[in-house]
Amino acid sequence: MAKLKMSKKSTSIDMTAMCDVAFLLLTFFILTATAKVPEVLPVDTPASTVQTKLPETDLATLTIGKGKVFFDLKGREVRKKTLELMGEKYGVKFTDEEKEKFALMESFGVPVNGLKSIIAMKNSDRNLPGLQPGIPKDSLDNQLKEWIYNARIANIDIQDKELQVAIKGDAKEEYPAIKKVMDILQDQKINSFSLVTGLRGKNF
Amino acid sequence: MAELNTGDGGGGKGGKVRSKKQNSKVDLTAMVDLAFLLITFFMLTTTLSKPQSMSLGLPDKDDDPTKNKDIKVDEKRTLTILMGGNNQLKFYMGLLGSPIAGPKDIVYGKNGIREELLKRKKSVLEYTGNKDKGLIVIIKPSKKSSYKNLIDILDEMAIVDVPTYAIVDIDPSEVKLLEGTTAEAKSANP
Repeated sequence: MAKLKMSKKSTSIDMTAMCDVAFLLLTFFILTATAKVPEVLPVDTPASTVQTKLPETDLATLTIGKGKVFFDLKGREVRKKTLELMGEKYGVKFTDEEKEKFALMESFGVPVNGLKSIIAMKNSDRNLPGLQPGIPKDSLDNQLKEWIYNARIANIDIQDKELQVAIKGDAKEEYPAIKKVMDILQDQKINSFSLVTGLRGKNF
Repeated sequence: MAELNTGDGGGGKGGKVRSKKQNSKVDLTAMVDLAFLLITFFMLTTTLSKPQSMSLGLPDKDDDPTKNKDIKVDEKRTLTILMGGNNQLKFYMGLLGSPIAGPKDIVYGKNGIREELLKRKKSVLEYTGNKDKGLIVIIKPSKKSSYKNLIDILDEMAIVDVPTYAIVDIDPSEVKLLEGTTAEAKSANP
């Protein structure tokens, strides 16, 4: 007789589209992710419960640890311009190639005269501990002040925005070292800046 | 789910050789699983690796000392925190010469300074009766205090939500106060 036939439906779904989307997103995230580069001056930031993120651009980071100060700047064009201004100020000529390399560098901590040799080094050699003595910041030769000042000029020139300053201090650093840097900033009427901290649990 | 081999065994009925129906579909489930796992990983690492920061505002500073005016505030509203070396912490309420409370040793953290701050914040509000005139905390880090101590205290300010606070240089008399207790502590625990 008329036998009712159940149509056999396949349980599997076509995954091709989903797979496409997944890999598209994956590619996007891989490309936007920046590889973590080893820091020249490793610091152990103290933890806090405040959860404000640092801005991605227009930022100068002053890393303070072991009595040394290292300087880092975001944005390639801003870095190039800052280097130019610093070169003019201290009478050091930088070639275009050196500027290009400097734009891609991480934070550094050498006097302007020693900058050329640091730029010429390989990435891995730069990070050797004890190689970079920190940026001079005493009243006789206050290069840190000049760096911040010129970086601000460069940032306004290129990004048309005021430069933000963040201080990344080591937890064990003594207060006078931090105070010294804060004073340098305050002398330039930078009265508001960020302190980089780690994340602490809620129930602290 | 898996749909790789669906062709039946072939033989069985007679000797008819049937060409196997090859399925062109590949099972993508595992691949999608993997892709999403990686997506999750990259998403989390990109957003979580951004460093945290706290913003700090300092008052205007003028090199000319005559222009730096002292701001007069009610001493009953001020609580001064003194930070010494080795995580030493002291506080007093009001003026050092005639303190309302303290100077007393206190510890960092939940059961120490935070409890005190919350208590003081409430009592100051009761005293002034004005919402805009809350507690004023003066933070005085000594030369021996570490950066971590400063962040800890600033963090407490954020947690307790102290309306006004300032970082001020320490006075010599307060340094003596801090050092006096360390000397005593040393003699007590040789």
